[in-house]
Amino acid sequence: MNPVQVASAATTAGAFAVGDWSRLAAIFLSAGLVDNIALAWFIGMCAFLALSKDTRVAFGMGVAVTFVTTLTATANWLVNRFLLVPLGLEYLQFLVFILTIAAIVQFLELFVDRHFPALYEAFGIFLPLITVNCTVLAASIFMVQRQYRFWETVVFALATGLGWMLAILLLAGLRQHLAFCRPPKNLGEVGTALLLAGLLAMAFSGFAGMAVQ
Amino acid sequence: MRTPDPRPGAIFREGLWTRNPIFAMVLGICSALAVTTTVRNTLVMFLGVLFASVLTSVAVSLLRHRIPGSYRLMVEMLLASTLVIVFDRALRLVLPAVSRELGPYVGLIITNCLVMGRAEAFAMTNPPLPAALDAAGCCTGYGLVMLAIALVREPLGLGTLAGYPVMPAAYEKCGLLVSPPGAFLCLAALLLLVNTLRDRRPGGEP
Repeated sequence: MNPVQVASAATTAGAFAVGDWSRLAAIFLSAGLVDNIALAWFIGMCAFLALSKDTRVAFGMGVAVTFVTTLTATANWLVNRFLLVPLGLEYLQFLVFILTIAAIVQFLELFVDRHFPALYEAFGIFLPLITVNCTVLAASIFMVQRQYRFWETVVFALATGLGWMLAILLLAGLRQHLAFCRPPKNLGEVGTALLLAGLLAMAFSGFAGMAVQ
Repeated sequence: MRTPDPRPGAIFREGLWTRNPIFAMVLGICSALAVTTTVRNTLVMFLGVLFASVLTSVAVSLLRHRIPGSYRLMVEMLLASTLVIVFDRALRLVLPAVSRELGPYVGLIITNCLVMGRAEAFAMTNPPLPAALDAAGCCTGYGLVMLAIALVREPLGLGTLAGYPVMPAAYEKCGLLVSPPGAFLCLAALLLLVNTLRDRRPGGEP
């Protein structure tokens, strides 16, 4: 991907136009199922394996990731379009994206704690973990590399988060039932989770026929 | 965590095996799964992680008395992302084809738990030289594991090794191994093997 191309596509007119609805639907299905961020791209693996022992925890993390991914990818699209591209600073994308993500997460933590204490009780502990969750940064990087427009970015980020949540919920459900089986002792807890993830990934590759490019 | 052995060689070796990021801590496996379809991509990824992790650890270690506690993660992350930008730019210039294939994974070195993990767990409390050795040891251990996976996946899945055909023409390529599910299964198999070896040799020396 050369930077000049990125610049020209992101600054063309109609970046906010909704355009083709079927393209948005295709992006949604593709990011959520076919190109599932956890099972096809292996992104967000650390949390995917560490927090998938319990469906309640997995759900909490999933909701937090979905929300933050959508919010930050949208914010990063705006920053990229109105700040980095006009100033010719595309090479600072990683640095600026991380800053935006950290700032939004910090703000969100304060805001939720202040105004929705019950929500903070439930999801607050996941927020600090999210800055270093690859899923969030990956959505912003993908959106630049694939030259998505505004609404495409929003839909893509939402679907990415939901896809990650689906994957971690499925894995957590499977792992809770492991109490009834005896996997090889030397495989360890992580090895067993990886094996299950492999089987899940195989199941998800069945969606490949739905890919619309 | 126990206190690390002060000798430089020991710090490096510990990272290589006892505290191997993938086996002992299950960190940074995103890229271990994603880029191990070919040996060449694996080596480039290893260089990127090594570059970012060693220099981040050294920088964090040099600044460790000046970084305020509550902004620690932020500072570490900014240092890491600066270094990753340098690596990304260099890679685009030198090996544009590999850069395209690795796609988002170069940028994701920033959030690779390995880089942040070593900066946070070791470099924040140790002087620069041990910090560099610790990061280098962990990265080398990480690189060797990725290489081991790639050495299984590339020949059996694509029939090549580092781009050169190595399998007889009649060999039927195993597509599963280079597909995403194959990556999970390979790593699971490797973990099984390593855990079995560790059980047999409780000392943990390679």
